[in-house]
Amino acid sequence: MSRRNWRLELPLHLMLVPGIIVVLLFSYGPMVGIVIAFENFIPVKGIFRSEWVGLDHFRYIYNLSETRGVLRNTVFIAFMKIIGGLFAPLVTALLLNEIRKKFYKRSVQTIIYMPHFMSWVIMAGILIDVLSPTSGIVNQVLGWLGFDKVFFLGNDKWFPYVLAITDVLKEFGFGTVVYLAAITAVNPSLYEAAVLDGANRWKQTLHVTIPAIIPITILLTTLALGNVLNAGFDQVFNLYNPSVYSTGDILDTYVYRIGLASAQYGVATAVGLFKSVISLVLISLSYFLAYRFANYRIF
Amino acid sequence: MVQPYSWSRKLFVVFNYTFLALLSLISILPLLNLFSVSLSSAAAIEAGKVTLWPVDFSWKAYKFVAEKHEFLVSTGVSVQRVLLGVSINMLLTVLTAYPLSKEAANLKFRTGYAWFFVFTMLFSGGLIPSYMIVRNLHLLDSIWALVLPGALPIFNVILMLNFFRGLPKELSESAFIDGAGHWQTLWRIIIPLSMPSIATVTLFAIVSHWNEWFNGLIYMDDPIHYPLASYLQTIIVRMDMSTISDPNMLLLLSQLNDRSVRAAQIFLGMVPVLCVYPFLQRYFMSGMTLGSVKE
Repeated sequence: MSRRNWRLELPLHLMLVPGIIVVLLFSYGPMVGIVIAFENFIPVKGIFRSEWVGLDHFRYIYNLSETRGVLRNTVFIAFMKIIGGLFAPLVTALLLNEIRKKFYKRSVQTIIYMPHFMSWVIMAGILIDVLSPTSGIVNQVLGWLGFDKVFFLGNDKWFPYVLAITDVLKEFGFGTVVYLAAITAVNPSLYEAAVLDGANRWKQTLHVTIPAIIPITILLTTLALGNVLNAGFDQVFNLYNPSVYSTGDILDTYVYRIGLASAQYGVATAVGLFKSVISLVLISLSYFLAYRFANYRIF
Repeated sequence: MVQPYSWSRKLFVVFNYTFLALLSLISILPLLNLFSVSLSSAAAIEAGKVTLWPVDFSWKAYKFVAEKHEFLVSTGVSVQRVLLGVSINMLLTVLTAYPLSKEAANLKFRTGYAWFFVFTMLFSGGLIPSYMIVRNLHLLDSIWALVLPGALPIFNVILMLNFFRGLPKELSESAFIDGAGHWQTLWRIIIPLSMPSIATVTLFAIVSHWNEWFNGLIYMDDPIHYPLASYLQTIIVRMDMSTISDPNMLLLLSQLNDRSVRAAQIFLGMVPVLCVYPFLQRYFMSGMTLGSVKE
């Protein structure tokens, strides 16, 4: 490269310096810290002087029946969320698209989209109150309808479904907005042609709208599949309690409990590493598929 | 194009309006319920009379919260964190997105840089090593622990760089011909033209800093340093009321219902997000679609 170009480019490289430092420290730094997974880590001795134990932690985890339950919960909960998160927004967007009254459409959109911006702490506060077996409004309504009271957050049969349903309720508005944007982008002349061919609204939806949004649906689902091991730490952590650990404990909450709460740093890091590696493979695969079939690129 | 509606179509329209109204209600009712609980008297709440509007209206829960030391201090921490954190986020996001928006021909190692940043979205060291880093840098119990680890949100960088790329190249080329360098072009041309996407990303940053609760929980040893979100997490999930010792506060508390105090605090914690939400929603669509333009 010529000297002149280099001088012209120099400011660009300088601009990247602060970002690189932050990312090196706080993203790549912890990657070095992964060696904790292979050590009998003692904080005062530090990462480099703790005793090396090789794959001991991994063997320990593999033989622990608890971890298999946790893995099963994680995948089960994540799958329910992916499926709910696919269909609920899709159907809502199609239904909203049939609404002719602009104001009504806009209002519904605004209301259902709002919970996306609330943190799970706030949502948990609301849900704990609303789902309470003694005073919650949901159980009051169930009572009026003649059903028995259900302790939704304390019953391990209900808990995973409560997680999936509340997650879909929080996030479906966001998905709806994305799908609606795709529907709005459909060329109006396609509908005109369909009408000339005698298609009613239902046929137009079936033969114009749905085919038009299939690509984005596939894209979003593929990308979501990369998250099979992310069952939602924020949500589970704020809603669960020891009585639902058997069905509600997921990898991330498990890492937190054995790591920071009971100070088994090595084991926790090993579980975390297991999750990170599998996730890396799944996410890379999903991005590759998205790139291959939908020509999707992240940057 | 007006077509005569068949009866099945009419039936569908009625069903559709009703169904969507129900969906909206499900999203909004819990909020109304919470709000009503925060404004009702203890007796009405205990009798289970409060559903969607305040019964036996009372401000007491809010009065109590307004004097509650922990609530006020943690709100202060949150405000500090948002101001500091969002400024740093935006500075770093713009500085990183601008060079990455250049073609590989105009920036040596561009692909390498891009992968360096994107890889952190695909793989992370995990909870324990991240905690150890913050601890070894002696950031525990300081506001910097809440601000620095997430100082550069890569997702926002990608949004921003795609937006920068959507701007006409002729603009920066003509600036260069007039003798401007990269710093000047960025500051005088690119940033003023990118206000919609900068606004979007700023709002994202505000909401995520305000909502982030986990960092505060693990990096702050002393609860007095908790931001509001972490403090709310402790009162919601752990329901810890034992910190109150002032006799006047205890008297006030005895006339109150736990639920209404909690509801009042949750509601207050939500207010800033509710305030920026209309803007978020307006900018979101334009910012997102503009940002998605790719060449």
